[in-house]
Amino acid sequence: MADTERDPRPEPIEYDGPPDYRVVGRHGVYPETSHDEIARFNFLAQMNRHLSTKVMPGVAEAFETRIEPKRKTAYKTRHQVRKDLVKDPMFQWWSAMRRATMETRQQAGRWVTIRQADELNGKVKTLTEGDPRLVLDPDFKQPRSTDAIDHHCMPGSYHTELVPGDVTGPANYDAGIFATTGGMLGRYNDGGGVAVAQWVQKNLPDFKPKRILDLGAGLGHNVLPIAEAFPDAAVVAVDAGAPMLRYGLARAKSMGIENVTFIQGDVSDLKDMFGDESFDWVQSTMFLHETSYKTMPMIFAETERLLKPGGIVLHVEQPQYSDDMPLFEQAMRDWDAFYNNEPFWTKMHEVDLDAWMEKAGFSRDRLIHGGVAAVVDPEVFPEAAEDAEQEDYGRKAAWHVIGARKEG
Amino acid sequence: MSTTTLDPLKLAGSKAKGKRPWFLDNPDTERVMNITLALMQEVAVIRERLDTVERLLDRDGVVTREAIEAFEPSKTDADERGYWMQEYIARCLRILQQDREALARGKEDSSEDVADEFAKTD
Repeated sequence: MADTERDPRPEPIEYDGPPDYRVVGRHGVYPETSHDEIARFNFLAQMNRHLSTKVMPGVAEAFETRIEPKRKTAYKTRHQVRKDLVKDPMFQWWSAMRRATMETRQQAGRWVTIRQADELNGKVKTLTEGDPRLVLDPDFKQPRSTDAIDHHCMPGSYHTELVPGDVTGPANYDAGIFATTGGMLGRYNDGGGVAVAQWVQKNLPDFKPKRILDLGAGLGHNVLPIAEAFPDAAVVAVDAGAPMLRYGLARAKSMGIENVTFIQGDVSDLKDMFGDESFDWVQSTMFLHETSYKTMPMIFAETERLLKPGGIVLHVEQPQYSDDMPLFEQAMRDWDAFYNNEPFWTKMHEVDLDAWMEKAGFSRDRLIHGGVAAVVDPEVFPEAAEDAEQEDYGRKAAWHVIGARKEG
Repeated sequence: MSTTTLDPLKLAGSKAKGKRPWFLDNPDTERVMNITLALMQEVAVIRERLDTVERLLDRDGVVTREAIEAFEPSKTDADERGYWMQEYIARCLRILQQDREALARGKEDSSEDVADEFAKTD
């Protein structure tokens, strides 16, 4: 070994963790991030990855070796499993750190966006003021499903405005989701939407939608790839949160995507907004779990009413709980429901979606079932479909599709 | 730094609506764990900044604040920094790794058990 070598660094290492935050796509209203703010997101992405790959497997091991063996009778429900899990230190420490990491990620993102609130709000105002593609309702009353609790520990949820015209909430969501997913959603957090668009193009090659509706669109990151894949279609994104919609339009325009209109509304009742058979395609992506037992059938019925004959509805969600899924896995998947402010997550995932779709008026023989995994640039981002190491129950960027094609 | 009438110091750490779940047997332990985790994060931030300074010095022989802010790691740089972060977290959370290993080993003798055994003369 020559001691005169100037560079003592070892050979390139085999690294398979999250990419550096600087690979995120910076559209025109993306918040500025300082070196240290980026480093914070890098740490959080790595913490989430560590927790899911190095700590969480210990929960399964504890369950197998010391929790289940102590049980006198077989578990009948996932809730029984969870009640035992919460008494075990392995679950307790993993959970305490996972919750803390989630809260820390919110703090990191809120710091970034609130410190530059005036600039962000100003940029968005300039891009959206007077634009007919932003339709807000100042008298809109938040549904209980968004108002009761701040989803995934995001202070203010999707709708709170710290000042009039505020977009710090959605900008925080947009800038920080990298940390929660470890980059799994790709450059513009759109890997899910890209996957859905590709799935439709592959499985329904003759389908040429003219009007597309996205339910619970948030800031539009899931629907923009669909709008891009079908540039001749008029796309409508509906959400309850005004800040999301405002930011969403500005973001879309700054990315050169001009065929999306953002409308504030309650998707369980859009009768005043759209007539029957107004859309060729109704889409929801990771949205149903943020509704409720009361509103979900109404949403399904609305999709049936809104679809033109021959139109399709697709809902993208984490997999349903079924008898085939071990109760341990179900209990772990319930973590987000009880410990990450996603209260409907648990009940939603036990619903017989086929039966509910049928009840909403879709024929059972026209139901659509499929699976999609986030499509990202594999040179830069981790691919969920290729990732056997990380099952982060409920967080993996691989989803089920339930849908239907209306007769006609 | 702040350009807004909103106070990021106060608002960044706001609590989400909804009663917070606590997991550890003693909430005070969980409070300390939360503070420790925040410190872990800030040490990682300092280390990344130091790494940036070193790489800029390697490259340019000089470093400025503007250069730190503008730094774009190459793929190799990013991989090395990512790998360091993995090592760092594994170091900090060693005790959880050892909990898993203890679980896998099952019942183990303690030193006290073995000391008694080794002290036997018969």
